[in-house]
Amino acid sequence: MLSVDNLEVTFAFGTDEVRAVRGVSFNVQQGESYGIVGESGSGKSTVLRAICGLAPVSGGRVTLDGVDIPAPRTPDFYRRVQMVFQDPYASLHPRHTIDSVLSEPLSIQGFDRRDERIAQALEEVGLGQGFRFRYPHQLSGGQRQRIAVARALILEPQILLLDEPTSALDASIQAEVLNLLDRLRAERGLTYVMVSHDLAVISHMCERLVVMEHGLAVEELTRADLRSHRAETDYTRKLLKASAGYTREDEPA
Amino acid sequence: MSMTREWLLSDQPVSRRQARLGQAYRTWLDFRTNGLAMFGFLIVLVLVLLAVFAPWLAPHDPLVGDLNTTRLLPPLTEGYWLGTDDQGRDILSRLIYGSRITLAVVALVAVIATPVGLLVGTTAGYFGGWVDTVLMRFTDIVLAFPKLILALAFVAALGPGIENAIIAISITAWPPYARLARAETLTIRNSDFIAATKLQGASSARIIWKHIVPLCMSSVIVRVTLDMAGIILTAAGLGFLGLGAQPPQPEWGAMIAGGRNFLVDYWWVATMPGLAIFTVSLGFNLLGDGLRDVLDPKRQK
Repeated sequence: MLSVDNLEVTFAFGTDEVRAVRGVSFNVQQGESYGIVGESGSGKSTVLRAICGLAPVSGGRVTLDGVDIPAPRTPDFYRRVQMVFQDPYASLHPRHTIDSVLSEPLSIQGFDRRDERIAQALEEVGLGQGFRFRYPHQLSGGQRQRIAVARALILEPQILLLDEPTSALDASIQAEVLNLLDRLRAERGLTYVMVSHDLAVISHMCERLVVMEHGLAVEELTRADLRSHRAETDYTRKLLKASAGYTREDEPA
Repeated sequence: MSMTREWLLSDQPVSRRQARLGQAYRTWLDFRTNGLAMFGFLIVLVLVLLAVFAPWLAPHDPLVGDLNTTRLLPPLTEGYWLGTDDQGRDILSRLIYGSRITLAVVALVAVIATPVGLLVGTTAGYFGGWVDTVLMRFTDIVLAFPKLILALAFVAALGPGIENAIIAISITAWPPYARLARAETLTIRNSDFIAATKLQGASSARIIWKHIVPLCMSSVIVRVTLDMAGIILTAAGLGFLGLGAQPPQPEWGAMIAGGRNFLVDYWWVATMPGLAIFTVSLGFNLLGDGLRDVLDPKRQK
C-alpha cells in the first residue's frame, strides 16, 4: 500500500549538508503494522517526516497505492495519512482547548457532523466528554497522547505514522497507549508505520520491521526473527543484545 | 446560566464559553495578587472612567474661561481645586477632558500599530528566507529613525493636529512589535503542534492567524502596555511643540507648553498636567509589569 523506494533526505544549512537518510526502501501492506528501529540519530523519525512532507525529500520515491505522492502534499493526502508525534507535551497547542484541537482538522477538511465526531473520537480513545473543553495543561502525558491519537484519527485516515508514540510516557501509561493503538488498528483496519528504539514495543506491535543505522536500512526482519534473535548483520545483533539489558563485557568467565 | 466561582473554576467545563471565561478568571485571580499591578490597573481604570464621564465630572467648561474673575487662581481656591490658567479656565476640568484625548491617542496607536507589527513579524518569522529578509530589513530601516523626530517630520508634512500625531506615532511604534513577534514565531514555527496542523492540510494564513498569533499575543500586549507611557509622552511632546493637539483643545502636553511662560510665578499651570502625565504613564507601566507576570507563556504553573 505505502511503498518507499530508495528514499533520501538531505538537510542543507548554508553550504553544509547533512544526509540524514541515504537510501531506504520498504513496502507496507494494507492492514500491516510495520516497524522502523535504530539508535538515536539513525534517521528513523526523518523517514516518517519525509513521508508526510515535513522533511525535504532529495531522492527516491514514495508511493501510495502505486501512485507517486504529490509534492507539496495535498490536503487529500492528509486525509489518508496522519501522524502521531513523539512528545505529547509539544504536539498540542498550549492555548487551544481539546475541542478546538479536534474541530480544526474537521473544519479544514470540510467534515460534517462535527459535534458527533468529536464526541465519538473522545470515546474511542477512552476519554469521556468531560475532557472536551479542557486545556492541554489540565491533562496528564498519557491523556495528551490519547488526544493526539484522536486528532490523527478524526480525519479517518488509512495509514497512521507513529513516531515513538510512547517513549515520552511512563512505563505503565505506555502499555495503555499501546493497547489503545492495537485496539484501534483491529477495529478500523488501519495500517501503521511505527518508529521506535524500543525493540520490545516493536515486537509487540509490528509484524515486520526494518533496522536503520546512520541513515541506511541495514536489514529487514519479521517478528519471529526478532523474537528468536535471528539477525544477519552485526549491527542488528548488537542492537538486540543492547535491548536485552546491560552486561559487563569483560566479565571473567 | 449561572456565573458562580465554582462554575468558572470547574476543571470539566461543558462549553467553549465556560472554558474561555474560566481561563480568563484564573488569569484575573492571578493578576489580583500583584499589588502594584492592581494599583496601575486602578489608575488606568480611573482614566477610562474620567474620559467616559467627563461632561458630568468636570465642574467647569474646559474651553472657555472668564478672563475678568478667574484668571490664574492658585490651587485649592473654592470651586477651582487645581487652580486656573491664564485664560481663566479651570485646570481640573481641562485635565478631565484631556483624559479623552490621551486615551484616544493611546487606544488608536495600539489598534493601528499592534496588528501591523504582529502581521509583519509573524509573516517574516513563519516563512523565513527572502520574505524574512525583506520584511525585517524594512523594519530595521523604520526602527533606525528616532521616534520623535520621525513623528515630527510626519506632522510637519501632514500638518499639525491630533489625528496626524496619532498616525505619525503609529508609524514609528510598530517595528518593535514586529521584531518581538518574529522572535516568538521563530521559537514556535518548528514545534510539533504547528507540524501537526500542517498535517491536517491547514493553509499558512490559518497557521499564522490561529496558531502563531495567539501565542505571540501575550508578549506583544505586555510590550504595548509598557510602551503606552512612551506613546503618551510622545503625544504630549508633540503637543508641547505645538504639532499635536491644537488650542483650545485641553491636551496635557499643550497645557504644559501653555504654562511654561510663567512657570516661576504660576507654577501650577504647568505642574498639574505634568503630574497627570506622570501618573498615567506610571499606571500603564505598572499594569504592563503585572501583565508580564501573568501572561508570560514561558511561566509554568
